[in-house]
Amino acid sequence: MAVDDSKDRSPSERVDVCVVGAGPAGALTAYSLAERGHDVVILEAGPRFSFEDRLRRMEYSLRPAHDGLEVWEMGGDRDAYASTGPLDYPLNDVRVKGVGGTTLHWLGYVPRYHEKDFEMESRYGIGEDWPISYDDLRPYYAEVEREMGVAGAEDNPFEPPRESPFPMDGFSPSHSDSLLVEACEELDITVHSIPQARNSETYDDRSPCVGYGTCIPVCPSGAKYSADVHVAKAEAEGARVIDRAPVQRLAHDASGERLEAVEYATPDGETHRQEARQVVLACGAIETPRVLLLSESDQYPDGLANSSGAVGRYLMDHPLVMTFGTASEPTRQHHVGFSTSGTHQFYDHEEPTPGSFHIGFLNYAGPSPVAAALSNGDWGDSLVSDVSTEVTGHIGTEALVEQLPREENRVTLDTSQTDDHGNPVPEVHWSVGDHAIETAEAALEVQRDILETMGARVTWSTNPRSPASGSHPMGTTRMGSDPESSVVDARLRTHDLENLTIASSSVFPTGGAMNPTLTIGALSLLAAEHIDEDL
Amino acid sequence: MELSRRDAIAALAAVGIGTGGVALYRSDVFDDGSTDGEATLDDPVDTMIALATVVYPSEVSGIDEFVETYVVGRVEDDETHERRTVQALTHLEGYASDEFGDSFVDLSPDERDAVLRDLGIQSARPNPDGSDVERIRYYLVNELLYALFTSPTGGELVGHENPPGHGGGLDSYQRGPDA
Repeated sequence: MAVDDSKDRSPSERVDVCVVGAGPAGALTAYSLAERGHDVVILEAGPRFSFEDRLRRMEYSLRPAHDGLEVWEMGGDRDAYASTGPLDYPLNDVRVKGVGGTTLHWLGYVPRYHEKDFEMESRYGIGEDWPISYDDLRPYYAEVEREMGVAGAEDNPFEPPRESPFPMDGFSPSHSDSLLVEACEELDITVHSIPQARNSETYDDRSPCVGYGTCIPVCPSGAKYSADVHVAKAEAEGARVIDRAPVQRLAHDASGERLEAVEYATPDGETHRQEARQVVLACGAIETPRVLLLSESDQYPDGLANSSGAVGRYLMDHPLVMTFGTASEPTRQHHVGFSTSGTHQFYDHEEPTPGSFHIGFLNYAGPSPVAAALSNGDWGDSLVSDVSTEVTGHIGTEALVEQLPREENRVTLDTSQTDDHGNPVPEVHWSVGDHAIETAEAALEVQRDILETMGARVTWSTNPRSPASGSHPMGTTRMGSDPESSVVDARLRTHDLENLTIASSSVFPTGGAMNPTLTIGALSLLAAEHIDEDL
Repeated sequence: MELSRRDAIAALAAVGIGTGGVALYRSDVFDDGSTDGEATLDDPVDTMIALATVVYPSEVSGIDEFVETYVVGRVEDDETHERRTVQALTHLEGYASDEFGDSFVDLSPDERDAVLRDLGIQSARPNPDGSDVERIRYYLVNELLYALFTSPTGGELVGHENPPGHGGGLDSYQRGPDA
């Protein structure tokens, strides 16, 4: 798909703010600051994708001839990395580089974190407390729900207090949900809807969901929120976006207390310096620490903003555990690509371990008709018979599991490999730990109970010791009040550099088990407010 | 179960093509398909239709109009796809002529099926940049199957009226099988 190599990617004259990364954190921060009248430049390592190409990308996602990475053009030297932990970390499967970032291929669930997620050490004596509370973040949650457009129902008795209804009505439960709800009633498990950054009606001039069923990895209708929406809004407020401009390093002044410029490369082989009064790193929990480590200097030989030694450490994810089964009746999977019901009943636990998990009921268990047809090999009448059998009766549940921060889980630089600009690639070391394993076992037990109570035959479940990544890397530039043990403070400014802010899941001191993007967005709006005050 | 123009339009939408293509005639988009030194195609669309009569299940009707609408729309603004489709069809035609002594469209359904099996299409990896056989799998057989199984009628063949790839709305996921 066509890429514009000819556009002007030279730096602007010294701007108020340079934002690195055009995913949800960068887009919301940039929009918030541009709307307040500041000059903003966004540097994005990936390209700007055409909305019109989304249907073709959907075709790629549905045809087995195309690798999953092909959909959003990930992989190759630009995205090289090493995974060296006991569990493989599939980095390029869990991120997208481009305007919109990983929200281009995310699923779009946007629950708020619970109060306990901010108070793990105080409540349970494990993990860390955040330097901010749920109440501190609550107004920003409400604001980011309006910005993204969240569809939800107020039927969840376990969610933290809200101040207003969701911006849109929630999605109705599926037929498949109804089969599981009966089992949950028998097990005294309360089921409720799932808040979604997906339009249940026209919202913000974007289409309602029309049921393409391919939310991961691409929503052709634009009903699912993606951060290119706020990049466009930032541009409408005067912000400038430079795509295909991977940042090489950050340059500080002689005092070492302020950044002077952001150095970035362009497709023509040139390197440029974008000078800025304030810099916001918003490139996720892998590239954010990598940029800081790449920015080592004589004054900061261990990397920028790293006087604590915490840059890159405490990498967390949400281990994903799933249980699948087959029912004796049609379950009607793959009519939409998102879940509509689940339960947070097991989230707010009494004892430290097992920790939090929440369960979602899949509406896309088993293969879809087109996937089954295209991977079968045969054709004609026998194919239809095979596909009918293959797609019928699947039922499945997923659970995201709480993982504690562990110092040994980290992002470092692998100097044995370089990317397309000669920089060491990120080395990701990920393991899950006993707390997460015990929590995963508890989640799997509930999943099995639900499926067996509904009469399904359980056919497969995750090994709790080797779960999948929930695609939510967090924690590598943690927030805290103590500069000795954290990278950023409660307003997300680095302890070491007074004009460097980090807006990313990398600042999470603990990860909870909720999908993190709404919290990323809320923190980004909080950070923007403070940067505005500084400017 | 009858495939309709609506199904073809839905299948075209699933590859990012609007409805403009359906107003075109096959002659507007395909050249004669001839390639120096290779078998020639009388009509690429006819060959695709002949292929679809084997690839699609016997209970499906309306194949001619569905395939013509889909194939013509598919290549209307995509010269690369058109060229590669014709190349794959030409290879299929050449094999039919050489091994079965007749044009693919003039073979019986059983003979067309035999052509595909003799070529090894059943086990061929679909690869747009691969060997001749892999391209037949990708540009012809899987192309037709993708069109069928992203259309409402194709989905209904396997009990799914709103298959992934088709934006069929938000009612079907809420309905039970008997609704």
